[in-house]
Amino acid sequence: MKNLMQTLTRGALAAALTACGVASALAADLKVGLSVSLSGPNSSLGVPYAKGMQAALAYKGEVNGRKIQLVVLDDGSDPTTAGRNARKLIEDEKVDVLMGTSGVPSAIAMAQVGKEAKTPMIGLTPILLDPNENPWVMTVAQPTQLMIDAVVERMKRNNVKTVGYIGFSDAWGDLVYEALMKAAPGAGIKVVSNERYARADASVTGQVLKIVALRPDAVMTGGAGTPGALPFLALQERGFKGGVYGQHGLINPDFVRVVGAAGQNALMPTGPVIVAEQLPADYPTKKIATDFRAVFQKVNNAPTSDAFSAYSFDGWLVFADAASRAMKKAEPGTPEFRVALRDAIFSTKEVVGTHGVYTFKPGSLYGVDERARVIVKLDNGQWKLAP
Amino acid sequence: MNWDVALILVTDGLANGAVYLLAGLGLVLIFSVTRVVFVPFGDIAAFAALSLAAFETGRVPPTIGMVAVLAALALATEIGSLLRRGEAARIPKAVLMWGVLPAIPCVLAWLAARPGVPVAVHIAVAVLLVVPIAPLLARVVFQPIADASVLVLLIVSLALHFLLSGLGLLFFGPEGSRTTPLTSAVFTLGDGFTVSGQVVLMVGAAVVLSGLFFLVFERTVAGKALRATAVNRVGARLVGIRPVRTALLAYGCASLLAGLIGVLIAPVTTMYYDSGFIIGLKAFVAAIIGGLVSYPMTAIGALAVGVVESFASFWSGALKDVIVFSLLIPVLMLRSFMAAHSEEEEDEVDQ
Repeated sequence: MKNLMQTLTRGALAAALTACGVASALAADLKVGLSVSLSGPNSSLGVPYAKGMQAALAYKGEVNGRKIQLVVLDDGSDPTTAGRNARKLIEDEKVDVLMGTSGVPSAIAMAQVGKEAKTPMIGLTPILLDPNENPWVMTVAQPTQLMIDAVVERMKRNNVKTVGYIGFSDAWGDLVYEALMKAAPGAGIKVVSNERYARADASVTGQVLKIVALRPDAVMTGGAGTPGALPFLALQERGFKGGVYGQHGLINPDFVRVVGAAGQNALMPTGPVIVAEQLPADYPTKKIATDFRAVFQKVNNAPTSDAFSAYSFDGWLVFADAASRAMKKAEPGTPEFRVALRDAIFSTKEVVGTHGVYTFKPGSLYGVDERARVIVKLDNGQWKLAP
Repeated sequence: MNWDVALILVTDGLANGAVYLLAGLGLVLIFSVTRVVFVPFGDIAAFAALSLAAFETGRVPPTIGMVAVLAALALATEIGSLLRRGEAARIPKAVLMWGVLPAIPCVLAWLAARPGVPVAVHIAVAVLLVVPIAPLLARVVFQPIADASVLVLLIVSLALHFLLSGLGLLFFGPEGSRTTPLTSAVFTLGDGFTVSGQVVLMVGAAVVLSGLFFLVFERTVAGKALRATAVNRVGARLVGIRPVRTALLAYGCASLLAGLIGVLIAPVTTMYYDSGFIIGLKAFVAAIIGGLVSYPMTAIGALAVGVVESFASFWSGALKDVIVFSLLIPVLMLRSFMAAHSEEEEDEVDQ
């Protein structure tokens, strides 16, 4: 962790220094400004984001013969710092595009600065913003509804008629619950409970007892990371026999470590990159996902085990594709280029990434479709594709 | 709700209550002897749990480094104050007490952090490793300001909590850990009602430790010295009890309790670097019910908090903590009606 941060700071410093030397001699390079949480409570997501971006730089370091520079700043898991970083990247580093970050509030803060400074931002997390109000931001993450729809489809296929819900007592728990309530009636599924718990809670026995007493066919959980394991453990303890479903917030090696045997056979949606090797040969994202794994291994000397680094990689691919089209209209580093780049990103068509195939349209934050999700099953601590 | 559900909730509540009970005893012990509301208590419990988790994953717990640094700080403070008083002859004894003694669990922990060491050893070492934390902190931070007002001590103790939980984040990362259960036994009572061995262990530990506490306070000289200091510091001093020493004893006992809490709850809840605070806070509610002086009332309060929490999570999960902390309002109102106010104010004037 410390080593990585040192390398990153040094990398950013070196990039900044070379920028000063090279920029005057050659035509301006393309510049990507990344702000992520390399420290603080969100660092378990932020560090993979940064690693994925380094892999992307190694995978595609130039567009139409122009080098791409990457500037990385740490936002310390703090939305205020994230906003300040965005300003710094735009004003001091003169970046062409912003990318980030590991928390939704921080990403919103960055997007706000991007809008003021008329710089496009590619979000790497879901962002809760009105795209008509801020036309400078889009995200490569899957919308929650798309993911929950996949879960509800799977429930229907498994003949689930009633489902109990237990989730965080925060925005994430609300988001998952709302998505579930939207999708369930169409599939003829009744949601029988809306139990909540706080991330820091020690036990959910009471909530789970209430759910078990209602005898639902299945339970849907709306948690994330290690605190998301609590309902799985409590349901197993109470001998719940029905299926337990999760969502993409749980696709995380620490969750697998904490949930242990209680997570056996749990089903949840995720981007196909998590199970890249198990995808059928004709799956559109299979090739790029395996390429990503290889280049990530080479750059970071460790395998990927999470979905986050792949979002960075996809953000980079979307940017590179749009930049190659925008460069025909304007010179990188100029305000005209940033406008052209935004328009180019919003006319992205069928760019194949590791998580999905991206097609952005003006007025929409998200650019993925059904190809950006698969259902996976937790089997002895491994994610297995469950087609 | 039927009887089965109620029974399960009661056992769950008693298991949690047992943990609050132990934490409450520690808080009351420290407060009555030193007038410090020891907020970092829960953090020490979290350190014990996370150190145990580190042992289980084959890592050397960074707690070792922290204890070693704290010991060095405490030793420097002690030598400094000895030199200032011109008592250089007592330095070797200070080195033994503040340098060598805390180093023993560090060395043990370092030796135990390898694969193949039995679980029981890991648990014992994890508890031992956190025992020096509270006394060392007390030597460095609280002893120089022992006569400050309760408010100053509370604020210092709050600052210490933030320091410790920050260190916890640095040492153990933001993600939680769970350790392997101490026992996988399940007891069946009546038809279909089961109690897990871990719950029995938690309640049993609380009962045994409270019993031990009672015996120590009633039958041993050290326990009587603690009680005497709690009743009246000046009076205790007049009969030859050194408040500094009894304070350290109190911190040591509380630290041991925190360590035991840590290893008891680590298998049943996911422990994070900041989980300790909420345990400490709920134990504080229990301690307030006991007026921060009465052990039996604290024990009853702790069990009440545990059971109320468990039923509240059944009725309304989202409002659980609201309900638990709302308990404080009627309790405080009742206490302020019943208690004589003059006592504490006089104390403050004396300082």
